[in-house]
Amino acid sequence: MSAILLPFTGGRVTLKQGGGGRAMRALIERLFVRDFATMPFDGVGVDAMDDGAAIRIGDDWLVITTDSHVIHPIVFPGGDIGRLSISGTVNDLAMMGATRVLGMTCSIILEEGFSLDSLEAIQRSMIATCREANAPVVTGDTKVMGRGEIDGLVINTCGIGLTRTLVRDNGLHTGDRIIVTGNIAEHGLAVMAARHGIEFEGDLVSDVAPMNGMIDSILSDPDLADAVTAMKDPTRGGVASALHEMASKSNVGIVLEERSLPMTDAVRSVSELLGIDPLHVANEGKALLGVRADAADRILARLREHPLGRNATVIGVCGEERRGSIILDTGFGRRLLAEPEGEPLPRIC
Amino acid sequence: MSELQFRDPRLARSMAATLDRLVRDTGRKVAVMHVCGSHEQAIAKYGLRSLFPKSLEVIMGPGCPVCVTDVPEVDESVLIAAQGARIATFGDMLKVPGSVKSLADAQASGAKIDIVYSPQQAVEIARSAKEEVVLFATGFETTAVATAAVILDDPPPNFSVLSVHKYIPPVMEIIAEMPESRIEGFLAAGHAATITGSAVFEPFVKRHGIPVVIAGFEPNDIMAGLVELVDLIRARTPRVVNMFPRCVTREGNLEAQKQLWRVFRPMGGRWRGIAHVPNGNLRLRDEFAHLDARKRFPIDLTSLWDYAPPALAGQCICGDIMAGIRNPNDCRLFNRECVPENPVGACMVSNEGTCKIWHLYGGVPDLEASA
Amino acid sequence: MCLGVPGKVIEVRDSVAVVDFWGVRKEVRLDIVDENVVPGDYILNHVGFAIRRIPPESIAETLALYEMLLAQEGDDLMSLDVRSEIEASS
Repeated sequence: MSAILLPFTGGRVTLKQGGGGRAMRALIERLFVRDFATMPFDGVGVDAMDDGAAIRIGDDWLVITTDSHVIHPIVFPGGDIGRLSISGTVNDLAMMGATRVLGMTCSIILEEGFSLDSLEAIQRSMIATCREANAPVVTGDTKVMGRGEIDGLVINTCGIGLTRTLVRDNGLHTGDRIIVTGNIAEHGLAVMAARHGIEFEGDLVSDVAPMNGMIDSILSDPDLADAVTAMKDPTRGGVASALHEMASKSNVGIVLEERSLPMTDAVRSVSELLGIDPLHVANEGKALLGVRADAADRILARLREHPLGRNATVIGVCGEERRGSIILDTGFGRRLLAEPEGEPLPRIC
Repeated sequence: MSELQFRDPRLARSMAATLDRLVRDTGRKVAVMHVCGSHEQAIAKYGLRSLFPKSLEVIMGPGCPVCVTDVPEVDESVLIAAQGARIATFGDMLKVPGSVKSLADAQASGAKIDIVYSPQQAVEIARSAKEEVVLFATGFETTAVATAAVILDDPPPNFSVLSVHKYIPPVMEIIAEMPESRIEGFLAAGHAATITGSAVFEPFVKRHGIPVVIAGFEPNDIMAGLVELVDLIRARTPRVVNMFPRCVTREGNLEAQKQLWRVFRPMGGRWRGIAHVPNGNLRLRDEFAHLDARKRFPIDLTSLWDYAPPALAGQCICGDIMAGIRNPNDCRLFNRECVPENPVGACMVSNEGTCKIWHLYGGVPDLEASA
Repeated sequence: MCLGVPGKVIEVRDSVAVVDFWGVRKEVRLDIVDENVVPGDYILNHVGFAIRRIPPESIAETLALYEMLLAQEGDDLMSLDVRSEIEASS
């Protein structure tokens, strides 16, 4: 096991903590889990480091999740920070099985000087996404900080959902198939292309969207629901990060078939040119499902009926080889898929 | 995607079978070396090592320009940054440790560092900046020609170049002459050869009796290059063979060579971990002293050494790894104290460093080829 | 650092070409390429400079070369004429 050192250079946090991947997980474990986990709690709590927490209420589970959003640029091809903040929280709830959102909170911190027009556009985006997900924002908070004390704006959202069946990210078994619900690497690359001013002739657009409707079409079907052994959404750190967590928590190895990964030509081109692995890039409208082999085809068919799931594909299988690791079959040979260490930077040339 | 991509796995597997036959024909274990980070990247990314026969060792030599950039050279850039100049650098160099600081550390302390994708970009930054802009010119000869081009194109007065460019052919001599070296053939980098031409390797082959094959960077280019190289080894016919004819000719790009040698002169110098490489460093000629950052800025390296270098640095074996005598798994620090988040040596920092690549792609695991 | 990528020239303006890399457009300088480059040509880009014009017929040649490598007979891996073909283009 490699030593993951917290890169606090000179006792100060460096940017890489926010980028997903091992450095961030190490920070979370040291900062949150170590202390917060010492208090008694009946349910799925902070030490599970799942997409949310779950509290038993009678026969049901109350699922809670929270997220802060600091993306730049605030507006990107395919969406904006408003749509991202609502979708992100709705999706975290959905990944634990809570596709019915009881309510959300929204706290916004604004920098002095932030444009009212921009704020209104973000607000419109948020309410549109709330309606799409049938997830009302029921309370919130607003603060303003001085110019330069914060960069633009920060949005924090919290969501509460209810579910009879809790789906975790640690339930994979040997033989289970890994399904991704659609084309990968769109969000992260669209944002990166916007940030670096890369002119592109095709469509490179974020996939940001609330998935609770699509996931509900699987989980509300008793035939299909119990074939789903694990779920996680591959946000920061991409498919690689999410699968690593699932594999290590479930203690299985996963073999991924590189040729089966669904992605658009635009994503293929831009990632090749920037030297970035699509498996390390964030997605904001896709889910990874671990499913029992015998149900894979039926689940695929159901996903493909939904507009967000048209390109759902089986991309891998769980096994006993190299538990906790991901093996990538490239078509030429096989290699281990590394966990991304932070924000992927374009490889320079 | 495009017919310019030689990525048919079927073809690769057939070539792997041929490679296997050839190696067995030699009746021994064969070790060859490539000297290009991009070759290692492609090999690792496509999992090509699981296709190679077990008796063929394809070793990565000192072909990562970031890894061979020496500690004092990084220190020079840090010292110039501390004087208020903007440093334009390729992204890979940002985190490479100097004796005390990396450019990233300097940036965290307030220095102005710009990440560029091209020397041209550095010139453009200089045009719109008020302060001095210095291009931290790392890379081998392929990149040096681009630096030469911007130097010859009348850059603005606030622009200068800190050249730490390196030249590959001399380091092949050093490797070939090392007593522990088991290298029987070299795979040369296609892009560098596009500039220098294949003829530049002829004296080397004559002197050492070791074949050199020039290969491109698509998976099938690499497989084909290796097939040809092992065949030459098997037949004991040392020669230079160009397996990248779509981009490389015997005399190379004469215009680029003209510009390169007009601007730069080869000088002996240290490569990180490899000791002295005669003619391995490219420095600005006197005619361009007015654009030489070393002449424009006072650089006192001793001012940086106010405490001892990190204790772990002494255990780093990047030099041996780059020379192909050992591999990352031989290093006590690899994947323990030395990881990308906390690198000890440059090989773990650069995307073309052997240690970084092995860390990312799982080293040489005992995985089988694709079905 | 050696991300030498081939792309197709769309437009040429003095010493700058607009090049298409599988859908992404970038400007590439032509100061060091040793041949005349026109729209439709393929070039090899390195750090924003074209270092070589890739003749389109060479692509098919390369594929033929690789197929030849596999069509070996007995001890002699490559027939003499193929070897001389490579050397002629070297």
